[in-house]
Amino acid sequence: MTILQLEGVSKKFGALTVAEQISFAVGEGEALGIIGPNGAGKSTLFNLITGNIATDSGTIRFCGSDVTRASPMARCLSGMGRTFQIPQPFEKLTVFENLLVAGSFGSRRQEHEVSVRCAEILGDTGLIDKANVPAGGLTLLQRKRLELARALATEPKLLLLDEIAGGLTEEECRSLVATIRAIHAKGIAVIWIEHVLHALNSVVERLLVLHFGKVIGIGKPAEIMDSRAVREIYLGIEI
Amino acid sequence: MALPSFQVETQTKASAVFGIAAAAALLIAFAAPLLVSRGVIQDLFFILTMLVLAQNWNLLAGYAGLISVGQQVFVGFGAYAMFGCVILFGVDPLVAVLIAGVLSTLLAIPTAFFTFRLYGPYFAIGTWVVAEVVRLLLAQWKALGGGTGTSLPRDATRDMLGVGLMRDVFDMKASQAGDALTYWLALILAALTVGFIYRLLRSKQGLGLAAVRDNEQAARAVGVDARRMKAFVYLATAFITGIAGALIYVQKARISPDAAFSVTDWTAYVIFIVVIGGIGTVEGPIVGVIVFFLLQNLLAGYGSWYLLVLGLIGIGVMLFAPRGLWGLVSDRTGIQLFPVRRMLKGGSLNQTSKGGPHG
Repeated sequence: MTILQLEGVSKKFGALTVAEQISFAVGEGEALGIIGPNGAGKSTLFNLITGNIATDSGTIRFCGSDVTRASPMARCLSGMGRTFQIPQPFEKLTVFENLLVAGSFGSRRQEHEVSVRCAEILGDTGLIDKANVPAGGLTLLQRKRLELARALATEPKLLLLDEIAGGLTEEECRSLVATIRAIHAKGIAVIWIEHVLHALNSVVERLLVLHFGKVIGIGKPAEIMDSRAVREIYLGIEI
Repeated sequence: MALPSFQVETQTKASAVFGIAAAAALLIAFAAPLLVSRGVIQDLFFILTMLVLAQNWNLLAGYAGLISVGQQVFVGFGAYAMFGCVILFGVDPLVAVLIAGVLSTLLAIPTAFFTFRLYGPYFAIGTWVVAEVVRLLLAQWKALGGGTGTSLPRDATRDMLGVGLMRDVFDMKASQAGDALTYWLALILAALTVGFIYRLLRSKQGLGLAAVRDNEQAARAVGVDARRMKAFVYLATAFITGIAGALIYVQKARISPDAAFSVTDWTAYVIFIVVIGGIGTVEGPIVGVIVFFLLQNLLAGYGSWYLLVLGLIGIGVMLFAPRGLWGLVSDRTGIQLFPVRRMLKGGSLNQTSKGGPHG
């Protein structure tokens, strides 16, 4: 079963094409990694999927229904959870309240019904000690964890992670990978944009390579990493 | 793994004690017209109505992030709606006050349609422009005195609902009974307003509102309907502000467009109250309105120096205590009289942090 399907999705900002005829599908419970050089249009692609940016053409189907024109709110309610590349916490609310908002609104339930679950997510993401601290006082790494925790609180069927491992130490990265594996193991589909390839490849089943807004390859991580085009345009620049 | 037993608390010790004290104060306040002079009652009426306006502006700006400098439109429109009902249709002033609230809400619908397209400072300017437009339109209404204004007919206030009863029961003069009645209504309005806002903030919707204020994009991404929430707050405050405006002008009994749509009286003072008291808290406007009243009396004899001093104090507070006087108290002592924080307790949590107020 397909959970997310993009068909011929295109977007231009003036003369600049940021997404050109992008088509791919993600299965239920699948984990897909997205790689590509800086400026390839990875975050834009996320924003097109979540509805923060409107498409120029093409269709996006999520859980069997057309969401091409749906608002970010409606897409969240139908089961898309996302993190922002630059963390966007509710700064004056505590970490726990950040999750309560996401939990109660994102799953259309009352606060008391989701509070225990939110506390458990804080435990799983290593934020429980910061539960009653205003989110504005968190470090960058904690903010990234909060992004993940908040997205999880909305009870997503599809989780979109945008460069969540960047800037982490080796140890932190390992624990993050373990967390994401555990999420994935529960049957939640994951799309993960990441530059830290070893972290990405230890989780995802397929990789998609983006270059100047175009999909230039999609397949098993090992095949993709071996392909000539990827080596030239991506690895040649990054490593 | 055994599930740790988590609980969520919003009550604090101070808030429980304060709740009882507030109930007692409210009872005493109700008895005030029988205990103190008419002058004091008029001062208290002023404080209560300014408190209502300040709580509303605080909800708009401090919680919904809608920084309006045009709330005088609802004061003035509410007041004119009440005058229109009384003078043109002979409606009882107290009934007219309620109608004024409804009409203000209706006015807020087209107003929101225009101003909600604007963000931040543009929204602020937009609301002011709307207020001026409505003022200029109502100044053309000859039946209500045009640009110079008009007065309520004497009989209207003298025969107001309840005045006759109070004359008989408390042996009051008509004017005294009128003042007592408007005071009581202001007291009820203030109590209901504070109660409504506090309830809203403690509800799921209040949490969503705080999220929208902090980061609208992220709020939408977790399923909060930011637009609907802001619209609800805008309409609710228009309703209450309209009622407050109408009530203020039942007591004044004389209206003119310049006074009823005064940006100084109904918005600048209100912003001053909220800012010095502490924006984004329910306690702030209460502290602010008391400080404002004291300053106004202290500086009454100094003419325009009064505004200058108010401005300087406002700037001082913004620079050195950006969360207002209540923010200072709350930061030092951790006291919250109207707590809205959801504190997570139990499990393996260490319990040192207090979280502080939402604002």
